[in-house]
Amino acid sequence: MTATASPVSPLLPPHLPPTLPHPRGPLSAHVLDRLHGPPGQPPAGPLPAPAPDHAPPTAWDDDLQLALYLCYELHYRGFAGVDPGWEWDPDLLRLRGHLERCFLTELRRVTDPLPLPDEALAGLLAADPGGPDSPSHHLLTAGERRQAAEYLVHRSLYHLKEADPQMWVVPRLPHPAKAALVAVQYDEYGSGHPERAHALLFARMMADFGLDPAYGRYLDAVPAPALAVVNLMSMFGLHRALRGALVGQFAAVEITSPPGAARLAEAFERLGAGPDGTLFYREHVVADAVHEQQVRLTVIDPLLAEEPELAGDVAFGIAATGAVEDRLARHLLTAWRAGRSSLRTAPRPAAAA
Amino acid sequence: MSATEPRIPRVRLTERGPVLVDGPVEVVLPDGTAMHCDRPVVALCTCRRSRRFPFCDTSHRRRRP
Ligand code: FES
Ligand SMILES: [Fe+2]
Ligand SMILES: [Fe+2]
Repeated sequence: MTATASPVSPLLPPHLPPTLPHPRGPLSAHVLDRLHGPPGQPPAGPLPAPAPDHAPPTAWDDDLQLALYLCYELHYRGFAGVDPGWEWDPDLLRLRGHLERCFLTELRRVTDPLPLPDEALAGLLAADPGGPDSPSHHLLTAGERRQAAEYLVHRSLYHLKEADPQMWVVPRLPHPAKAALVAVQYDEYGSGHPERAHALLFARMMADFGLDPAYGRYLDAVPAPALAVVNLMSMFGLHRALRGALVGQFAAVEITSPPGAARLAEAFERLGAGPDGTLFYREHVVADAVHEQQVRLTVIDPLLAEEPELAGDVAFGIAATGAVEDRLARHLLTAWRAGRSSLRTAPRPAAAA
Repeated sequence: MSATEPRIPRVRLTERGPVLVDGPVEVVLPDGTAMHCDRPVVALCTCRRSRRFPFCDTSHRRRRP
C-alpha cells in the first residue's frame, strides 16, 4: 500500500508449465492418456463420459474434478510435454462439455432456490460471512503450522494464477462495466508494478512457509473440494453464456475476502510467518476493501442496468461460489479436527529452504 | 472530460462505507504523517473503526454496539 511496502528483490518464478499429475479414476486416466499423444486424432476407445442424470454422486469426485482441471489448464499454461494444440481438440472439448454439464447440474441443484442478487450481496456484506466455523477461524485459534502450509497448498492452484480466470470475461462485458472490471484486475496484477502482482505475493508467502512456489507444483496433493473452487471460475470464465455467473463469482470473492484475509494474516504471524508470509493477506485486507466497492458500484450495478436479464446468473455465481467454498471449508475442518492431513499426499517442501 | 483536458481526480462517497478516491494519492494524518498510496482507487475509512486506518478494512460492516 505505501511506497515502503514494495519489495526490493522481487521473486519471479520462471514461467514454466506444470508436469502432468497422476490419474484418479477412469475419466482423468482417459484425459491423461490422450494428452500424452498428439491432438487431432480420434480416441482409441469410447469416452468414459459420466451420465448427466448421475450428476449428484459424481460431480464432486476427485476423478471428475481432476479431468475437468486438466481440460481447463490447457487454456492457461498447459502442461510440460503436452502439445498446445490440445486446447482446441474437438474430442477433448466434447468430453469437457460432458463434465461441465455434470458439474453445472449439481451446482444448480445445490443453489436452488436462488436468492435475488440484492439479497445474495447483502448476505455477503454481513460482518463475517465465514462465521466462526471457517478455516481462517480455526487457523487463528487452534491452527498448527502444518495446517497453514496445507491451506496454502490448496489455495496455490488458484492464487498462483490469481485474476487470470476472470480475464476471460472482459470482452463479454458492456461498457462501462468492462472498464471497471479491468481497473480491479490492473490492481490484481500489481498496478503497473509487476513484482506486486497478487500471484507473486502468494509465491513469496509459499516460499516463506518452505513450500515450492512453482506453478501447479502441488496438483497431485490437492483434493477435489479445492479443485472444484478453481474449476468453477474457469468454467464461468470460459463460457460467454455464464458471464453473469463469473461476475457474481468475482463479487463474492472480493466482498468476503477482507475479514478472512485479516484473520489469516494474524494466524500466520502467530504461527511464525515472516513479513513475506503475511504480505499477501495483509495486502488483501486493504485491496479487497476497495475492490468490493468497485465490483458492486462500478461493475454489477452498470452491468445489470444494461443487461437486467443477467441478474439471475449473477446471483447464481454468488451462490455457487458459496457452495464450493463451504464444501472446501467442511473438508478442511473435518480433516483437521480429526488430526488428519487435508491433502491427498504430503506436500514435498521446496528443494532448498 | 475531453481527452486533452487534465484529469480531475474523482472522489466518490458510498452509503455506509469508505470514501473512494482516485489514486495515486498522498494521505496526511492529523499528526502530519504522510502516507503515499499508488493504488488506482483508494478507500479511505470514514467510520474510524478500521484497524488499517486511514484505509478501509471493511470494519464498517460490523453493527455499531
Ligand atoms: S469505512 Fe470501512 S472500515 Fe471504516
Ligand atoms: Fe487479489
Ligand atoms: Fe481483489
